[in-house]
Amino acid sequence: MSLFNIFKKTKGQTSEPQSVDSTIDGRTADGSDWVYSDEVRRHFFEPQNFTTKTPADYNGLGMVGSPACGDMMKIWLTIDPKTERIRDFKWQTFGCASAIASTSMLSVMVTENGGRTVDEALQIKPTDIIDRLSGLPDRKIHCSVLGDKALQAAVNDYFRRTRQEQRMKPEGSRVIDRQLNITDKDIEKAVVDGARTLEAVQAKTKVGTGDRGCLAEVEDLIRFYVEKYYG
Amino acid sequence: MFKKEKIKLGPKIRPDRQKVRYFDHAATTYLAPRVVKAMEPYWSEKFGNPSALYAKGREAKAAIDQARAQVAQIFNCSPGEIIFEGSGTESDNHALIGTALANKARGNHIITSTIEHHAVLHALGFLETQGFEVTYLPVDRDGLIKLAELEKAIRPETILVSIMLANNEIGTVQPIKEISAVIKSAGQPIMFHTDACQAAGFYELDVASLGVDLMTVNGSKIYGPKGTGVLYVKKGTAIQPYIHGGGQENGRRAGTENVAGIVGLATALELVQAEKEQENERLLKLRSKLIDGLLKIPKVVLNGHPEKRLPNNVNVTIKDIEGEAMLLHLDEYGIAASTGSACTSGSLEPSHVILALGHPYEMAHGSIRFSLGHSNTAADIDFLLKVFPPIIEKLRAMSPVKLGE
Repeated sequence: MSLFNIFKKTKGQTSEPQSVDSTIDGRTADGSDWVYSDEVRRHFFEPQNFTTKTPADYNGLGMVGSPACGDMMKIWLTIDPKTERIRDFKWQTFGCASAIASTSMLSVMVTENGGRTVDEALQIKPTDIIDRLSGLPDRKIHCSVLGDKALQAAVNDYFRRTRQEQRMKPEGSRVIDRQLNITDKDIEKAVVDGARTLEAVQAKTKVGTGDRGCLAEVEDLIRFYVEKYYG
Repeated sequence: MFKKEKIKLGPKIRPDRQKVRYFDHAATTYLAPRVVKAMEPYWSEKFGNPSALYAKGREAKAAIDQARAQVAQIFNCSPGEIIFEGSGTESDNHALIGTALANKARGNHIITSTIEHHAVLHALGFLETQGFEVTYLPVDRDGLIKLAELEKAIRPETILVSIMLANNEIGTVQPIKEISAVIKSAGQPIMFHTDACQAAGFYELDVASLGVDLMTVNGSKIYGPKGTGVLYVKKGTAIQPYIHGGGQENGRRAGTENVAGIVGLATALELVQAEKEQENERLLKLRSKLIDGLLKIPKVVLNGHPEKRLPNNVNVTIKDIEGEAMLLHLDEYGIAASTGSACTSGSLEPSHVILALGHPYEMAHGSIRFSLGHSNTAADIDFLLKVFPPIIEKLRAMSPVKLGE
């Protein structure tokens, strides 16, 4: 291997986000990650399907995130109960360009070509949104995850309203590390925030530092979520 | 059947095809033409190594000596108390790590504030791994430290205090002379460092009058070159080198001197210091105009002290919307500004300064800083105040967040 390759980033092997200075005067260490694709720009500057007021005839409402986290999203679905096709997807988003563009793109993907059915819509993965946006910077991937979660929440609401509770996907979480009370959701969040290895997830969550018995399961979960979000 | 709502913000013109209005002077500045001119001979003509004995070396050495004398005059100190550094960050690191290690036998306690630049905070974070203890003084809503808390924080083992002259994000100016008086009245030798990078273009830098033992200034905020810094170290202050190697800078900062950079830094410092009264007055008018205009927009809050702030700093939080989205829209109009939102930070953490003021996270995410400088005119402010409100309105229309007034 050439010496120079040491410093090259190979595909699928992205480096951990460095602990770089944040805020106003700081930028990422390498200054990259800053060019959004034209598709992101388009959906950011001309967002599709957003609404300024609550739609009259929706039957599925989903809201995720919070302004404190820096991202918040609210979506309203209008689902045809006979065909289960999503006829309309309206949204509001508080967040950066990636968050706005991701929601806009998701709304297009769900409603294009006459609209997907509920089951088809739930097949959309964060990576599908990112692909349609021609990519997002690594540390903006969580923005697309938010859309995925908002959609699931809105569909759950639709199932609740139509008395199909058995079809709801539970939002609940499972405790993995009993000593520190760390759940699968915490591990998922760590992966979404950029941790791809056990060490990186531990740096964020301390998972398994006391209860080492859970490490095998933690590693399984990391593989699963890395595949899900970055695969 | 379903009407599509689209956002219309007028014709979009890429910034590279229109006039850029630069409101980010606290991030960095362009070089003043006179600075460029002063540096020019030192690239190819007077390129010698200042350590060399022959004529080419001596002329470079003479340039550094002259630059050192210029800076010393502005700082009201002797040339031997000036160390040229590779950046403001390096100077901060050298000041803190160099003095802490050299004075470790006397004590291991250091005091600073929660709103320092990361160059100070992270250097102190490193010292914490080396057995030092650091007290982080909180600030009030306006970003000022409380002198009584400083007094209380001083311990027998305290050796160093580092408080910035003016904050880079919110522009709040600390009472350095009063802080110095508190430190000097403690009855024990405590070194006092101030990071004056943001303040250097606007205020007196007389180290005797400020009462500091160490002071950091850099070139890239004062229309000087990037990659240049200067550290004042009061005679008799024990300090270790931070960069090791040759004997340059009297053995205190190794590495062949950045001659052009040093000349540029000294020239820039002279220029801004000579013009500061006039320029401050001009900037204050622009600042008031901008702040007044922004505060007329509903749900906009000023961050930082209303009066004790840099004449060029405007930092506001626009409630219900996020900073990066604002910046990208402004960029379409050729306007360059900064935000404390997490979305623009590598660590995904919002501004530690806005949070330190006691504001919730959403206030940091929606913060935006306009920092004024040479190129800005009243027409720039008018343009900004014309294009910004519709951007805010559109982003708010898209936002599910509705914070209180």
